[in-house]
Amino acid sequence: MKRIHFTLGMALLALLPGLAQAQGLGERVDSIFAASTGWFVNLIFASVWGVPWIVAWLVVAAVVFTLYFGFIQFRAFRHSIALVRGDYSDPNDAGEVSHFQALATALSGTVGLGNIAGVAVAVSIGGAGATFWMILAGLLGMATKFTECTLGVKYRNEYEDGTVSGGPMYYIRKGFAERGLPLGGFMAVMFSIFCVLGALGGGNMFQANQAASQVREVVGIPEWVTGLALSVVVFIVIVGGIKSIARVTEKVVPFMGVGYVLVALLIIAMNADMILWAIGEIFRGAFTDSGIVGGIVGAIIQGFRRAAFSNEAGIGSAPIAHSAVRTKEPITEGFVSLLEPFIDTVVICTMTSLVIIITQQLLIDAETGRYMLNEAGRIATASGATGGVPITSAAFGSVFGWAPYALAIAVILFAFSTMITWSYYGLKAWTYMFGEGKNQELSFKLIFCVFVFIGSVSSLGAVLDFSDAALFAMGVVNIIALYFLMPIVKRELNSYLSRLKSGEIKKYN
Amino acid sequence: MSEKFVVGYDGSVSARRALEFAMNRARAQGGTIVLAHVLEWSPYSFLTPTELEERHKRRKEEMARAEQQILGSVARELQEAGIPVEVVIRYGNTADLLCKIASELDAVQIVIGREGQSALEARIFGSVAGALVQASPVPCTIVP
Repeated sequence: MKRIHFTLGMALLALLPGLAQAQGLGERVDSIFAASTGWFVNLIFASVWGVPWIVAWLVVAAVVFTLYFGFIQFRAFRHSIALVRGDYSDPNDAGEVSHFQALATALSGTVGLGNIAGVAVAVSIGGAGATFWMILAGLLGMATKFTECTLGVKYRNEYEDGTVSGGPMYYIRKGFAERGLPLGGFMAVMFSIFCVLGALGGGNMFQANQAASQVREVVGIPEWVTGLALSVVVFIVIVGGIKSIARVTEKVVPFMGVGYVLVALLIIAMNADMILWAIGEIFRGAFTDSGIVGGIVGAIIQGFRRAAFSNEAGIGSAPIAHSAVRTKEPITEGFVSLLEPFIDTVVICTMTSLVIIITQQLLIDAETGRYMLNEAGRIATASGATGGVPITSAAFGSVFGWAPYALAIAVILFAFSTMITWSYYGLKAWTYMFGEGKNQELSFKLIFCVFVFIGSVSSLGAVLDFSDAALFAMGVVNIIALYFLMPIVKRELNSYLSRLKSGEIKKYN
Repeated sequence: MSEKFVVGYDGSVSARRALEFAMNRARAQGGTIVLAHVLEWSPYSFLTPTELEERHKRRKEEMARAEQQILGSVARELQEAGIPVEVVIRYGNTADLLCKIASELDAVQIVIGREGQSALEARIFGSVAGALVQASPVPCTIVP
């Protein structure tokens, strides 16, 4: 079994670059992609009564967790911040992974193109109103993240040498066994398969694709050059083990994130007189038909879908990163992780959206007050830009001429750090299936590098769809498991809260 | 109770000078030497996922190395010289922790060596000596 997969991986590896380079690249790759993954994408995004069931699935889950844990995201918000600040960390544990570090690493996997490109896609299809639903999805998603990350820490594997492996595949198997439920092993493998696909899709190809097209847009370097360069750098980092590059990006990315928010705030402040209008637009679009395809439902779907793609709540990726924290209380990691959707979606995504709205990128018909649509059925933009990063870039560029260049650099760095983080998530799922070992790791890493190249030369459509589909498929398996395992989290939560109240859990600072 | 001298010790030449200074005092007053070794660490630094996974393992290795290489041999040397010795290894900011250790152990003095830092370096990164002088809860001796 292991052997077959390894050989298969290698064969795939030899085949794919040949295909990609054979001819006029982009469209060919995209059509191959559309042909081979179309059924999967159609299944995941199939609509029931006009609503993609997967979006409803994630939102219903978030609502269920929010209610089940009694609005934990609001009740525990302050405590979460105290935990991140280290107020409850035992000084004797200094030198171990801190809550802050786990949060920062998980965030660098989620903050990225979803915040820049995904939001632009959402508002260009769903209008300003999509922002409202995006924020709501972010707030609800906090409860989902809380649930999955608590389980991630509780059921991780700890090895003799002190390293750890955790994530949905581990809590599904162990948690189901503990509760005497069947099919844990099967679901864990299903999750792992989707996780590998998601890592190659949303965690890799989508990132590479957007980075490469942004570079071509701004400085005119063809996609395949950027793609090749990116895949070589990724290769050096994950196969060559050159940690210094990864470490540099890990250090730069958080500052870029902060910088991005500051520039956005600056643009918003410069247009202070527009803020109320923009908020009005968001509410108007959220609850009335603003002329977009699909009406209000269209706005809801776009907002929810992009929020889920950006903050990954319920997808099951964050528990993999969070499980490395050494804590006696798994629930504390859940508290910390609920800040992720907040920072990612409620803060950063909203900034992008506000900038696009305030700089009036979305064209509105002055007479009817409805959005003007282009041939593709999307909202026409002031700059004529379509899709993802270009719209955001145009919005920032309309205020600061240098912004597109800064954004291009940000996009590459965000894309790169997301790829590194996702290569780790994918690897964990891969080794869960095929066992830990040098050969198994190497085969996954090589496949990963090849997909960086494929992603960058492919045109966006089929790649973006497949990326979403694979990520959401993880969410299907993960959330089923969360429903079965949530009583365990509840028990942990109640025990922790009562001990916190009685003073048994003490504050060190 | 014998008086305790906290010596910031990192195995460097200047730390060695500080240690010898403290040894003389301790011997004269019948005091104890506390060998304090701080591994610089910030809980707010950024790590890659792989670093997260391996952190606990690395920490164990770092502790073992510090114990063996720096403190083990020196502690033995002190014991042989008849001076009571305690060893403390901690993670964090050097100056902060030296102060903390001193107050926790009720020490009478902190002794550190002065690194040959340039004025510019000290200005940018701050110096342990400078920070200690400002914050130390007990008298502090800086051995040149």
